[in-house]
Amino acid sequence: MTHPDLRRSRVAITRVVPPMLVALAFIAAWLLVSYEVLSARQRFLLPPPQRVLQVGFLDRHNLTEILRGLWSTTEVAVAGLCIAIVFGMLFAILMAQARWVERSFYPYAVVLQTIPIIALVPLIGFWFKFDFRSRVLVCVLISLFPVVTNTLFGLQSVDRGLLDLFRLHGAGRLAALRKLQLPAALPAAFAGFRIAAGLSVIGAIVGDFFFRQGQPGIGRLIDVYRSQLASERLFTAIFFSSLLGVVLFWVVGFIGHRAVRSWHESAEDRR
Amino acid sequence: MTFPDGTDAIAELDLAVTAGEFVAVVGPSGCGKSTLLRIASGLTTPTSGTVEIRGTQVGYVFQDATLLPWRTVLGNFEVPAELRTAPKAQRRAQAQQAIELVGLRGFEQHHPRRLSGGMRMRVSLARALTLDPELFLFDEPFGALDEITRERLQDEVLQLFERKRFAGLFVTHSVFEAAFLASRVVVMSTRPGRIVGEVEVPFAYPRPPSLRFEPHFAEVAGSISALLRRPQR
Ligand SMILES: Nc1ncnc2c1ncn2[C@@H]1O[C@H](COP(=O)(O)OP(=O)(O)O)[C@@H](O)[C@H]1O
Ligand SMILES: [Mg+2]
Repeated sequence: MTHPDLRRSRVAITRVVPPMLVALAFIAAWLLVSYEVLSARQRFLLPPPQRVLQVGFLDRHNLTEILRGLWSTTEVAVAGLCIAIVFGMLFAILMAQARWVERSFYPYAVVLQTIPIIALVPLIGFWFKFDFRSRVLVCVLISLFPVVTNTLFGLQSVDRGLLDLFRLHGAGRLAALRKLQLPAALPAAFAGFRIAAGLSVIGAIVGDFFFRQGQPGIGRLIDVYRSQLASERLFTAIFFSSLLGVVLFWVVGFIGHRAVRSWHESAEDRR
Repeated sequence: MTFPDGTDAIAELDLAVTAGEFVAVVGPSGCGKSTLLRIASGLTTPTSGTVEIRGTQVGYVFQDATLLPWRTVLGNFEVPAELRTAPKAQRRAQAQQAIELVGLRGFEQHHPRRLSGGMRMRVSLARALTLDPELFLFDEPFGALDEITRERLQDEVLQLFERKRFAGLFVTHSVFEAAFLASRVVVMSTRPGRIVGEVEVPFAYPRPPSLRFEPHFAEVAGSISALLRRPQR
């Protein structure tokens, strides 16, 4: 038995140090490529980290522009994710009601997953105008499927014995859904929400590329910076878009953890 | 009873359990014991034959504890009454009573994950008691428990029976468990199940735990075992 303080600091060291080392190695490799592999004229292909910091993060004008775009994209992604969760769950609940309903609709859920949404985006723009609504719709289409499959899987893997218990006491469909199937499906559903969170950010950025009305999203800025060869700002914008994905993924994961931590194995501490 | 896939689970079976009687059913695995209980409780409709139950409340203890993992012990106790839409106050009172009855005080706020297998089964037993059933069905409830826990729970079932005098139908594959609990033991054949014999258990209630080690008890258990091993047509 070691002293608790000592153990805690050891845990901190084993958790913090390895990713720090990876970050350092990454920056070293980056510098090496910028200065040793690329000539001065090619350096715009991979500007060194301090240039990115200076132009992208420390220049007030540039940073404001990027953060505005990021916020606009965040609004789209969050709205899309929420709608995908609501409709995805409704869809899954509907399919869980009877085999024939599932058999009738599930193939189309799969098709939704496999059609190249990117090819549809310009059409969606023509149908619904190139504004906020269409951008959200693209997000929903891209992030709906994992919500549907995971929730459906969760609803269907309810313990048979518990279903018997509910039937024994004359529980109706609604009571069984509310008190048994939905709570039992939560862990699986949240796994789906998390995947959907990442996808909704991708959907929002893809939408940005096509929809040029209103406040430009960060995807739109990425497109502009690319065409101007403004690679410092390009890297900054890419950094912030992936940060958005990570944060959204983490927030959804955190809510899911809070929702099931009192009873589900997945919330158990892992060392 | 024949299932849609053609499995003949139970051939022919006529069984009556009266109030204050504790009947045990023993038989090899797969002979239709669970099916018998499912039919008795109405969970399965038999392909032919009828079930008659006097009284309204049926208690059913399944093979697994079947607790809702997201509810506390207290919350799980409320499930049966809640599904039957009993008023909240009544639910609470019944749940409290159940806790007293099986000695779970102090565990009310625990989630099932934090309980041992024996404790979970005890919660399951107490949950079935909340409705004060007139007919109590048990489907090999202690099969998965260690011997010490199993004997303790058998003693508890007996105490409950002595106090409540429900009609008990207890399915098990243990000859000793059947002889220790029941006033009458019914022996079933391999699938399709039918009754191949009955043994009256001559010991009066209340039965002390030490009964398990008396020579006379071993004789009764032996006669049940002989019925099980008798060659069948
Ligand atoms: N829903 C079902 N469909 C088809 N066969 C079943 C079904 N339920 C049980 N059976 C079969 O019926 C027989 C009796 O099952 P069961 O009553 O569970 O046996 P026991 O509880 O005595 O072990 C077994 O052979 C089992 O495979
Ligand atoms: Mg069985």
